[in-house]
Amino acid sequence: MALVKADLDLCQGYANCVVAADDVFDLDDDGLVVVLRKEVSGSEMDRISDAARSCPVAALRVETP
Amino acid sequence: MSPVTVIVGSSVGGVRTAQALRSRGYAGDVVLVGEETVAPYDKPPLSKGVLAGTSTGDDITLLTESAARDAGIRLLLGRAATRLDVAGHRVELADGEQLRYDDVVLATGAQARPSPWGAPPGLHVLRTLADATTLARDLRRGGPLVVIGAGFVGAEVAATARGLGVRDVTLVDPAPAPMSRVLDPAVAGWFARLHAEHGVTTRFGVGVDGVEQVEDGLVVRLGDGTPLPAATVVVGIGAVPNDDWLRTSGLRLDDGVVCDRFSRAADHVHAVGDVARVPHPRRGGLGRAEHWTNAVEQAACVAHNIVRPDAPRVHEPVEYVWSDQYDRTLQLTGHTGGALGHVLVPGPDPERSFAALYAEPDGTFAGAVTVSWPRALVVCRKAAGTMSLEEVRQLVSARRPSARTGAVT
Ligand SMILES: Cc1cc2nc3c(=O)[nH]c(=O)nc-3n(C[C@H](O)[C@H](O)[C@H](O)COP(=O)(O)OP(=O)(O)OC[C@H]3O[C@@H](n4cnc5c(N)ncnc54)[C@H](O)[C@@H]3O)c2cc1C
Ligand code: SF4
Repeated sequence: MALVKADLDLCQGYANCVVAADDVFDLDDDGLVVVLRKEVSGSEMDRISDAARSCPVAALRVETP
Repeated sequence: MSPVTVIVGSSVGGVRTAQALRSRGYAGDVVLVGEETVAPYDKPPLSKGVLAGTSTGDDITLLTESAARDAGIRLLLGRAATRLDVAGHRVELADGEQLRYDDVVLATGAQARPSPWGAPPGLHVLRTLADATTLARDLRRGGPLVVIGAGFVGAEVAATARGLGVRDVTLVDPAPAPMSRVLDPAVAGWFARLHAEHGVTTRFGVGVDGVEQVEDGLVVRLGDGTPLPAATVVVGIGAVPNDDWLRTSGLRLDDGVVCDRFSRAADHVHAVGDVARVPHPRRGGLGRAEHWTNAVEQAACVAHNIVRPDAPRVHEPVEYVWSDQYDRTLQLTGHTGGALGHVLVPGPDPERSFAALYAEPDGTFAGAVTVSWPRALVVCRKAAGTMSLEEVRQLVSARRPSARTGAVT
C-alpha cells in the first residue's frame, strides 16, 4: 500500500500524470491535478510511480509508509 | 557476478532509466555516466525559470548524490564516454577506464546546433545549465537582444527576456511564422501576434547573413541587408544528436542511433531520449523525438525491457510537448501542422485559450495544439490516431466548463 501526494503549488497542468494513469489522476477545470484515489496497492506501484515520475515539475510523490 | 547496466548520459533520459530499473526491482548494479560535473539536471526550465531567475540549479536537479546513493545508483559525473565496444560489452571513458556491462543504455541526448557565425562574445546557444547561467547574466545587462530561430527554445527565450524587462528584443526566422514546423499558419500567426503584443519585434521570412563583432557589441545582418545591433544574440536553430562517440561502435547511426521498435540498437544495447531514432508507431518511417515526455516514457520502456527481456515492450509514444511563453502554455500532441486540415475550438476563456484539432486526409484525428487549456489536451493525447476529428471536437467542446462557454467560431 502506498499514498499518492500532489503539490498543487507546483502543478502546471502538463497532464502527463493523467495520460499515464487516468484512474488515479485527473485535471480540474483550472487545469490542476486532482488525485482521484490516494491509496494505491502494491501491484499498481510500478505504473503509478512511473506516472509520478512523468510529472515535469515533480509535483507528485508516491510514499510507502 | 551480479549483472551491470551502464547508462551513458545523465539527464532526464538516463536518470529516469536508472530510477525505473530500481522501481522494477532490477537486482544488478546500475552505473550512470555523465560528461558534466554538475548533478543531473532538467532542461525545460533552462529557457524558462532558470533564465527568469525563478528556478535555481537546485530546483532543477533530477538526482542528488544522496538520492542516488539511497537508490543504489552509482553516479560517475564529469566522465565522458568515448567508445562503445558492442562485442566486448564495454564502455570506454575519456580517462581510459573501461566499464563492463550486461546491458548498456545510450542516453547522450543532443547538443545545440552550433552557430554558423562563430562564437563572438555575447553570442549564445542554450542547451546546458552553464549556457543558461551565462545567458541569464548577459540578459541582465539589458538589450538589445536578437534571437535567431523562432522554434520553441527561441520563442521561449524571447518571452522570458521580455518578462525580465529586456527592452529591445527581436525574434528572427526565415520561416513566415514562429514554430512553423509544427503549427499551421493560423495558429503560428496567433503566436506571432502574442510576441508582438508583448513588445517583441518579429522579423519572419528573412534569414541571417552574418553576425559581426563591432566595437560596442554585435551586429546581426539580415538577408535583406538590415543591420540589427545587439548586445546579446541567441542562436536557437535546433539540436543535433550526440552520437559521435559511437562512430567506431558499428551501430547504425543516421542523425541519431537507429533502433528497432523495442528501442534496441543491438542485443543488450538500448537507446533513450533525444539520441534515439525509432520507428514511428503509426506513421511508419524512423523519427527522432526531442521532447521531455518521450524521453521519460522511453526510459520506462527500456527499463522494463532490461528487467524482462523475455517480454519486451514496444515504445509507442504519442508525441507530446509543452512550451511556456508569457502567461500561456502551449501544448502539442500527435501530428500537427501546416499540411493538415484543422478546426479551432474556443476554450473556457476564448480570448486566451483554444484548441486547434488536426485531421489526416481521411478525417482521422491526427493531433492537436492547445493553448492554456490542459483539459482539452488530455482528451487529445488519448485520442490521437484512434478517433475521427468530429468525435474529438465534440469531446473537447464538452470539456468547457458550461458556465463559461464561449461561442464556437
Ligand atoms: C532550453 C530547452 C528547453 C526545453 N523545453 C522543453 C519543453 O518545454 N518541453 C519539452 O517537452 N521538451 C523541452 N526540451 C527538450 C527536452 O529537454 C529534451 O527532450 C530532453 O532533455 C532529452 O533528454 P535526454 O536525456 O535524451 O538528453 P539530454 O537532455 O540532451 O541529455 C544528455 C546528457 O548526456 C550527456 N552526454 C552527452 N554525451 C556524453 C558522453 N559522450 N558521455 C557521457 N555523457 C554524455 C550530456 O552532458 C547530457 O547530460 C527543452 C530543451 C532545451 C535545451
Ligand atoms: S504531470 Fe505534474 S504538472 Fe502535470 S498535471 Fe500532473 S501533477 Fe500537474
